[in-house]
Amino acid sequence: MQRELLKFALFAALVLVAAPLYFQGGYILNVLVFVGINTMLAIGLNLLLGFAGQISLGQAAFYGLGAYISAILTTTHGFNPWLAMIFAALAVGALAFVIGFPILKLKGHYLAMATLGFGIIVYIVINEYVDLTGGPSGFPGIPNLSIGSISFDSDMKNYYLIWVATLGVMLLAINLTRSRIGRALRAIHDSEVAAQVLGINARLLKVQIFACSAMISSLAGSLYAHYITFVSPSTFGFHFSVELLTMVVIGGLGSIYGSFLGAALITLLPEFLRAFHDYDIIFYGALLMIMTIFLPGGLIQGGTLVWNYLRNTLGGKGGADA
Amino acid sequence: MNLSDQLLQYILSGLSTGAIYALIGLGFAIIYNSTGIINFAQGEFVMFGGMLGVYFFHKQGLALPIAFLLAVVVTALCGVLFERFAIRPLRRPTPMNMVIITIGGSIFLRGVAMIAWGKDTHVLPTFSGDEPISFAGATLLPQHLWIFAITILLIIGTKLFFSHTISGKAMSACAVNRRAAGLVGIDVRRMIMFSFILSSAIGAMAGIIIAPLTMTSYDVGVMLGLKGFCAAIIGGMSSGLPTVIGGLLLGVLESLGAGFSSGYKDAVAFVILLLILFFRPQGLFSRGSSERV
Amino acid sequence: MKRTVQLLTFFAVMLLSAAAFAAEPLKIGALFSVTGPPSFLGEPERNTAQMVVDEINKSGGIKGRKLELVTYDTAGDATKAVQLANKLIKDDNVLAIIGPSTTGETMAVIPVVEKEKVPLISCAAGSKITDPVKAWVFKTAQNDGLAVIKIFENLQKNKINKVAILTVSDGFGASGREQLKIHAASYGISLVVDDTYGPKDTDMTAQLTKIRGSEAQAIICWGTNPGPAVVAKNVKQLGIKLPLYMSHGVSSKKFIELAGDAAEGIILPSGKVIVADQLPASDPQKASLVGYVQSYQKLYGVEGDHFGGHAWDAINLVRRAIEAGATTREMIREQLEKSSNFAGIGGVFNFSAQDHAGLTKDAFVLVRIKGGDWQALD
Repeated sequence: MQRELLKFALFAALVLVAAPLYFQGGYILNVLVFVGINTMLAIGLNLLLGFAGQISLGQAAFYGLGAYISAILTTTHGFNPWLAMIFAALAVGALAFVIGFPILKLKGHYLAMATLGFGIIVYIVINEYVDLTGGPSGFPGIPNLSIGSISFDSDMKNYYLIWVATLGVMLLAINLTRSRIGRALRAIHDSEVAAQVLGINARLLKVQIFACSAMISSLAGSLYAHYITFVSPSTFGFHFSVELLTMVVIGGLGSIYGSFLGAALITLLPEFLRAFHDYDIIFYGALLMIMTIFLPGGLIQGGTLVWNYLRNTLGGKGGADA
Repeated sequence: MNLSDQLLQYILSGLSTGAIYALIGLGFAIIYNSTGIINFAQGEFVMFGGMLGVYFFHKQGLALPIAFLLAVVVTALCGVLFERFAIRPLRRPTPMNMVIITIGGSIFLRGVAMIAWGKDTHVLPTFSGDEPISFAGATLLPQHLWIFAITILLIIGTKLFFSHTISGKAMSACAVNRRAAGLVGIDVRRMIMFSFILSSAIGAMAGIIIAPLTMTSYDVGVMLGLKGFCAAIIGGMSSGLPTVIGGLLLGVLESLGAGFSSGYKDAVAFVILLLILFFRPQGLFSRGSSERV
Repeated sequence: MKRTVQLLTFFAVMLLSAAAFAAEPLKIGALFSVTGPPSFLGEPERNTAQMVVDEINKSGGIKGRKLELVTYDTAGDATKAVQLANKLIKDDNVLAIIGPSTTGETMAVIPVVEKEKVPLISCAAGSKITDPVKAWVFKTAQNDGLAVIKIFENLQKNKINKVAILTVSDGFGASGREQLKIHAASYGISLVVDDTYGPKDTDMTAQLTKIRGSEAQAIICWGTNPGPAVVAKNVKQLGIKLPLYMSHGVSSKKFIELAGDAAEGIILPSGKVIVADQLPASDPQKASLVGYVQSYQKLYGVEGDHFGGHAWDAINLVRRAIEAGATTREMIREQLEKSSNFAGIGGVFNFSAQDHAGLTKDAFVLVRIKGGDWQALD
């Protein structure tokens, strides 16, 4: 556990001190803010998919609900943004808890189908309930977050805000997976029946982790809304749920840092591919396939391989540290 | 115009859309049964069929039947290449990895179509005229009859294939237990390849027969694939009648939904699907089976 | 092959002009959804913008300085549009931004340009972009409301007062639906059916069956290809004889090609670009329109359309501002606000401090599709 904390502290220092010093400002900072948001979302999904073994193709719906609840409460009804954010997370968590019971009874592709259906229903409601959400043209004029007289209105300020939140979620996830709950989740992943025989209330635990993952997504959505100050339904469609799934799998199932790597890669990739203009979509598709074929365990597996190789050749001691 | 006439029109329209979903769903089911993969690129095969049909007909000036045939053959070839270069190289496939690979494949194929044929929407001429056919107050186009006919033929064809040919039976065997099939001497790899040929060809046909009505462009595959996927799931991923019924059901639900509340029609369809899943978690048609743990 | 030749000529021109003008080029940013669902807007806009900039540079640039266009593809995604607007402002340091293509993306970008103080000329139609007026935001696409008024005037003339509307459930359709509802009352028109369809829907017979069963005397369909073509075909299939009106969203030859025979008799408002050759020589826009259509045809092999026209107008507005002496973002903004009597593709623009849209309903003409071609109605 100590080692784990050291690793986390190193990562946090890298993100909070080294990165902003290196990227003084400019556009790249804006992209890195999105790496933060996507890392948070990917970790949320990874708790569900990587640890508990339950697929969700509807994560974008929770993300969108968080964003829209924050937007509507603060802009239309003048709520305090922080209060709205907490309210959104609780409401989305409660919703996930309620629908979790029937949905998580399903398995495999039925579960995929049900979560996908849920995502589509939420998307349609956001798109159609024009009076409340502004419909397809979007919802403008959301205020920035602020603490006292400090308003989070620049990329740099939002970078710190969002990364502090992301690191918090990471810490939570690391603790969760190392706790009794984490071990119980892994047991469910391997065999639900066996877990139940051992006295784990698998159903309740699955629903709880589903709600937890939804709350994390909602939080990310609220932060997104206050950062961009505009939300529109197209951000929260089916394709984004798929993109999140890609981040988690490409990063490495069941690895917190893998989720960061996956989110970083998928978020940064379009920036590098932009040079190919219209051809970028071909490269993107090809890269997804190639990476999955050659690194089936995800980026984190590749990273571990390289790390161990370096350690061995440099003559370091100590066993493999996955 | 009374309500029952309207209802008939909704149902007829729904059935013709549903027939397409059924064909696409069939493609999903065939691959799923022989490989355990949910092929997210299935919608792109449908798009390829339509776009190739347009290409051979409009750009190369071939007769429609020849363009049809060529489009199906070329799409099937794409299916083979896809299997050979994207599916087979993965040594220890897990369902999740396979999902990502097929998603990557679908993005790739969409990109290829966009570069090759541009972003415009295209249309094929109807196979036999545009004169509407009246049927007890509701109307259909001759093209709808083509869609029904080809769907029925394909379903009977696959049914016969799976129950009466050696290859078909071998593929069914793979579906039941891949390892056991391998042990009794069935070339599992070839059967997997075969399932990709079959489903990409069926997808291509679906793509061509709808192109005269719904038009086609490089990005139609996403939505069609999604609907086909739903059809297959309602049918419990069976490569037979249940999937077809699943597709028809989805089509009719959508159409009725559109008749009553157009904005929420897809939501209506999906709510009903969710309810079905909640009450019949094994799919609509399968009897509950015990699972080995 | 054609593309390669284009690229080569492009690079040749770039090299030559680089040698000719030592002065630093003036950077203009552009955000278009070249891919994604609104690519029918973004692609002609990108092509047109690049064409106009190349033309300007070929003829010696503006006051001896050439223009450089930095285009990014937003894929129709509001988040991407915001990111890329930041990139244009912070990394590329552009003088002004053209685009985005859609109203949603534009609304998303507005806070960024207002804060960074960069002039934005949107190519989207939503009236809320410039209403209320924002200091740094202008637009060249005609307000949807103007198109609605054109249709309603025609309905009034034909003594039709019960109408069914069928709009697509995306940004374009939502804005049209809103405007249709706003203006209906003042023309004595009641909307007896108000239905929508999804942008990827492939069959609208259900909605049309409902309309057939209503007392509507005409149908207005508001969408962009391919949906309205499906609607036209479905109307024919169901044997509905009501007059069918469409929006300017389908005012391109592509629609006639897709809908085939079913397009006959459809009436729609459009920018004048599609009837450029039918306009009288006295029309102030005639020269711009004919010039644009011909050069686009020459370069890209298809007719320049209404949407590309928005980019033509936007670039030329910036050109005029620079010609009037503007060299900074602030000066361009001031000059844009003073632009008057600019006969572009979308209409004759007259901007002022109170009006950043600059057009009247004369920007639209009503056309009927006849024999596979456009026929001006008034």
